[in-house]
Amino acid sequence: MPHFKKSPWIIHYDGSSCNGCDIEVLACLTPHYDVERFGIVNTGNPKHADILLITGSINEQNVQVVKNIYGQMPGPKAVVAIGICATSGGVFRECYNVMGGVDKVLPVDVYVPGCAARPESIIDGIAKAIAILERKKKWMKVRK
Amino acid sequence: MNLLYGLVYIILAPVIGGIAIGLDRKVTARMQGRVGPPVLQPFYDVLKLFEKESAVVTRSQNFFVFAYLIFMALTGFLFFSGGDLLLVIFAMTLSEIFLVLGAYSVNSPYSFIGAERELVQIMAFEPVILLSAAGMYLATGSFYVGSIARSSNPLILLLPGLFIALLCVLTLKLRKSPFDLSTSHHAHQELVKGVTTEFSGSTLGSIEIAHWYETVMLLGFVYLFFGFSPLLAVAAVMLTYLLEIFIDNTFPRFKLDLALKSSWAVTLILGMANMLVLWFYVKGGLL
Repeated sequence: MPHFKKSPWIIHYDGSSCNGCDIEVLACLTPHYDVERFGIVNTGNPKHADILLITGSINEQNVQVVKNIYGQMPGPKAVVAIGICATSGGVFRECYNVMGGVDKVLPVDVYVPGCAARPESIIDGIAKAIAILERKKKWMKVRK
Repeated sequence: MNLLYGLVYIILAPVIGGIAIGLDRKVTARMQGRVGPPVLQPFYDVLKLFEKESAVVTRSQNFFVFAYLIFMALTGFLFFSGGDLLLVIFAMTLSEIFLVLGAYSVNSPYSFIGAERELVQIMAFEPVILLSAAGMYLATGSFYVGSIARSSNPLILLLPGLFIALLCVLTLKLRKSPFDLSTSHHAHQELVKGVTTEFSGSTLGSIEIAHWYETVMLLGFVYLFFGFSPLLAVAAVMLTYLLEIFIDNTFPRFKLDLALKSSWAVTLILGMANMLVLWFYVKGGLL
């Protein structure tokens, strides 16, 4: 029986965000929203994390970093793109250094649009990612 | 020696330890004005960790972490079956060393920092717990946990200084602020996760279970000071744990040298003074 539903640990990476979405992600951890009541812990360590939250668009500088972090996470894992920049590049999509949204380099599972994304919608996005984690766990078992 | 108590410990300690840490997280959350995770959250976390894909950096890490878990359980087994207190203390040190070796084996800079700090923490903790064992021997005439626990001498009145010193450094062992230096949930910026940085999945789960065993064993050590009255002892253990949670939420993390200096200062002043007074008591035939 999968227990991902009750203990999803997240890692948060700031791509090239303006910090708007980052502040909203961190707001989820504060007493007002308190995501720890769902068992969500901000680990800060890819090896312990189940869900990768990315804010901001992907550019030439951080593409390797993002791939590296994703590669270090043990499966099953999910990626949540937070904010309009992470989902599509937003207003920066035409910039010479911006490659676009996170889905240009990683398989994104949940898109949370908004500028900045509301904490409520971020929590909702994580909840959707948890459901995807459980499905991925089942696939892992089938593949074995 | 009563092996039955030891076996009960092996089976029940993870349950009690897990619930204690769950309560800790709940109480901490309440102190911070949050709702907090369910009390059973540590169990959900560990069950999930055992379902994760295993990502092993070096093969030896599994051996070291397994040895850490086994020796921590053995430490508690020796303690609760009424074995020799000195053996208990050195078995605990041995298991800690396995954890440090595990952290060294993975060749990660953050694990290295954590391992170094863990060694310094052992250095800070050992004098107090050894002095406590010596003090208990002076007061009861035995190193056996069984005899100490059944002794009618009120140890807390004979060893108040050592008890306070133990309370101060218990924070080290329970990995709580201000001494959560080697591995901390709140020190991402300086050491990611310290000792456990490179461990994931079931290996991390094993470390967590070993920590539950350790917590229960240490609370058992607190019990010894109040062994003359079991009811008072259980109350004292609970109060001690609550006090540790309170300290955890009150203090910021110390620097490493300050942690070592303060724990040694407490040991030297309170512990040694206590031992000296007790020694004169025993010499004078007052005990």
